[in-house]
Amino acid sequence: MTTAIEMRDITMSFGANEVLKGINLELEPGKVTAILGANGAGKSTLIKVLSGVYNDYGGTVIIDGVAVDIDHPTTARSYGIEAVHQKIADGVVPGLSVAENFLFEAIVNNDVPRASSLRGLMPKARDVASVLDLDWSDEVLRSDIYELPIADQQLLLLARALVHEPRLLILDEPTSALSETEADRLFEVIRRLRDDGVAVLYVSHRLAEIDAIADRLLVLRDGVFVNDQSRPFDWPQALHSMLGVAEADPHDRTGELHGTDNVLCLEGIQLLPRSSPFDLSIRDSEVTGVFGLLGSGGSELARGIFGVDAFKEGTMKLAGEPYKPKEPADAIARDVYMVPEDRAATTIIKEWTISMTSTFPFLRDVSRFAVLNPMAEAKVGRSVVEEFGVVAQGPNDPVVSLSGGNQQKVVVGRWLRKQPTVMVLNEPFQGVDVGARHDLAEKTREVAAAGSAVIVMSTDLEEIMQVSDRVIVLADGNLRHDAYLSETSREEILERLSEVE
Amino acid sequence: MSNKTTAKEAGTLTAKHSIDARDLLVKYGFIAVTVLFFVYFAATIPAFRQSSTMFSMLKFTSVVGIAGLGLTMTMVVGGLDLSVGATAGMAVTVAAMTMVIYAQQGWVAIVAVVIAGALIGAFNALLIVILKIPDLLATLATMFLIQGLKLVPVDGQSVSSGLILRDGSVAPGKFTSDFLQINRGSLGPVPYPVVIFFVIAVLSWFFLSRTKWGRVMYAIGSNPEAARLAGARVGRYKAVAYMMSGVYASIAGLILASRIGQGDISAGNSLLLDAVAVSLVGTSVLGVNKPNAFGTALGAILIGILLTGTTMMNFPYYWQDVVKGLVLLVALIFSFTLSRRKTRFVAAVPL
Repeated sequence: MTTAIEMRDITMSFGANEVLKGINLELEPGKVTAILGANGAGKSTLIKVLSGVYNDYGGTVIIDGVAVDIDHPTTARSYGIEAVHQKIADGVVPGLSVAENFLFEAIVNNDVPRASSLRGLMPKARDVASVLDLDWSDEVLRSDIYELPIADQQLLLLARALVHEPRLLILDEPTSALSETEADRLFEVIRRLRDDGVAVLYVSHRLAEIDAIADRLLVLRDGVFVNDQSRPFDWPQALHSMLGVAEADPHDRTGELHGTDNVLCLEGIQLLPRSSPFDLSIRDSEVTGVFGLLGSGGSELARGIFGVDAFKEGTMKLAGEPYKPKEPADAIARDVYMVPEDRAATTIIKEWTISMTSTFPFLRDVSRFAVLNPMAEAKVGRSVVEEFGVVAQGPNDPVVSLSGGNQQKVVVGRWLRKQPTVMVLNEPFQGVDVGARHDLAEKTREVAAAGSAVIVMSTDLEEIMQVSDRVIVLADGNLRHDAYLSETSREEILERLSEVE
Repeated sequence: MSNKTTAKEAGTLTAKHSIDARDLLVKYGFIAVTVLFFVYFAATIPAFRQSSTMFSMLKFTSVVGIAGLGLTMTMVVGGLDLSVGATAGMAVTVAAMTMVIYAQQGWVAIVAVVIAGALIGAFNALLIVILKIPDLLATLATMFLIQGLKLVPVDGQSVSSGLILRDGSVAPGKFTSDFLQINRGSLGPVPYPVVIFFVIAVLSWFFLSRTKWGRVMYAIGSNPEAARLAGARVGRYKAVAYMMSGVYASIAGLILASRIGQGDISAGNSLLLDAVAVSLVGTSVLGVNKPNAFGTALGAILIGILLTGTTMMNFPYYWQDVVKGLVLLVALIFSFTLSRRKTRFVAAVPL
């Protein structure tokens, strides 16, 4: 069988940042090709090149032996390339009925008279639905799109893509919103398409899914493919190449800390809709690293402990007492703190200085009868700047004028200086340069050495190895591994992560 | 390499220089405009120079100023209270009912009005914080509700002494003289409404910019999620802001009632838009581009100066709205077009 679509030396840069550095990929009909890659490896860029979102890529795309220029989504469609993107909400159109959503492209292109009645649209909508054998009742077709279960919305978008009879179907994290049975339904559809000779490009973080559906596995790292496998997949090898080679000896630091008291006990915690509950005790005076791929439940764990969201199931005890935070303020009152991921959106008040950012969670410390004391504030700001080595002219610099690493030092430092009982750091090293990452890791370990129970969530194994004493591995919300770093190894961690049930 | 850097530095230097003039304009432009008009009117209209004119102008500004300061509280937490005008209007009716129909003392009317204002604020907070209705829509509904509901107990009539009640009897009370003193009296040469306005303005400024509560409120307005994750109880602060707004509006209504001397049912009708205008104008003062008490008070005074000046120059009454519109427009140009800071009330006012 001939190659349906071939990419040769594809490159793509954003300014000085080269995201794709020469991609060579043949997508064969009747095969499911899976791509695995860490955050920022270039997966979405690759998808966007193929589906015509970016038109200034380098290299050649060859279809049926002819070099073509995919310069627009409609061009991609005319060559038989269809993409279903990750966010379902970006695909469906709110306020329209299910039937109108099925026919949305036709409506936009004026192929269907805009004024035609819903009744008149029904047969055409059924035509689209039939490509996936979706036998939905008139009542369902008439209802508003938001009344449709999320899995059915996903199927609707898939049907809309399939009605064009694509030769290449790109699926980006298609199961992130689906339950297990819904995901199984989707896999059946994918298998059928594959058997009909469609080339499928499947992007996911879920190893079990790739194991279930893919014929070929490619690992993307820093804009190039670093691993290419056929079935049966060697998962530890794939993860090794995805996460990179160990750069530093994790034990190249002052002794492993071992805490004695179980400060925070989680009982029967369920993190994700599909995951199994587990117990976990967090000890004082050590750093617990929580490692897992994106969407494996680390953020849910962090948010549950800090009272941002409740756990699906389970209870917590803090220092032996029941602990049930309804709001972050409740957690803070018990000296449980968290630095969330996505710093810009969830920690920074743009108008503020370093001092104001530093004192914000503990304004009582710098005020008397609620009146703020600017001197006391400046003192706290200065101490954060000095203790954490923030590169700034002074505590009155606007916090947004700092580099990512220095901003992070401020928002981590404002909690660490209070010697927390439990400190949760969710992806503290994201968007942080190497130097700042080193400083932050040092400070984190100092605070743990002084008695705090510190929990660090990360999708980057190097970071976990650098900062943690004990490592916990999460996969799809399930607890896979729990050991001190001295008792385990990189190989074992990856082994546990890659166990496919 | 080094050549390049120098060229770049030189480029930024010139750019910085030209921006400085613009920054100056953004920061002091508004105050300069205020002073300019003041001087112009003082120079051309002899009567404008008299202190009595000044005080009557400030007195007349105080109602809008106080309502605007309340509205500013809600803008600080990222909302907007559209019910301030209706609340002030309701305050007029409640004051009149208390004194005229129930024949109570002036201080009872004051207490009743302030409690009613706080209750309306609490009702808004309930809609916004507990029922999660967007601020604008919730307070719009409240506005209609209280505009209508205040007319129910008075059968849609304005309440003044001698009112014939439903049972045919004559209303027993009247506006008490101490209540009327709120508008007529003065502290030395300064009329009470002006004293009240200044005290409230200073307290509001202090609350917003010098206390930890004000700090948290600004954080909530700027990034509610970040505020919550730093331990702020966002719902409680919003509730307090709306209750403050309700109380401020009811105080504005008290002054209004004392000025009118009867329970005029149309009182407060135009107050909402004026209050919104002065609060928005206030955001551009000193180029801070965020709602603030000093700016709101100054915005109210500027509009007061312009209205007084144009009236004394014999402009017809319908020019008043043109003047307000122009002032607002100029302020918005300062905030949006000239300022390089991102203006805060964009998200809050999707009107």
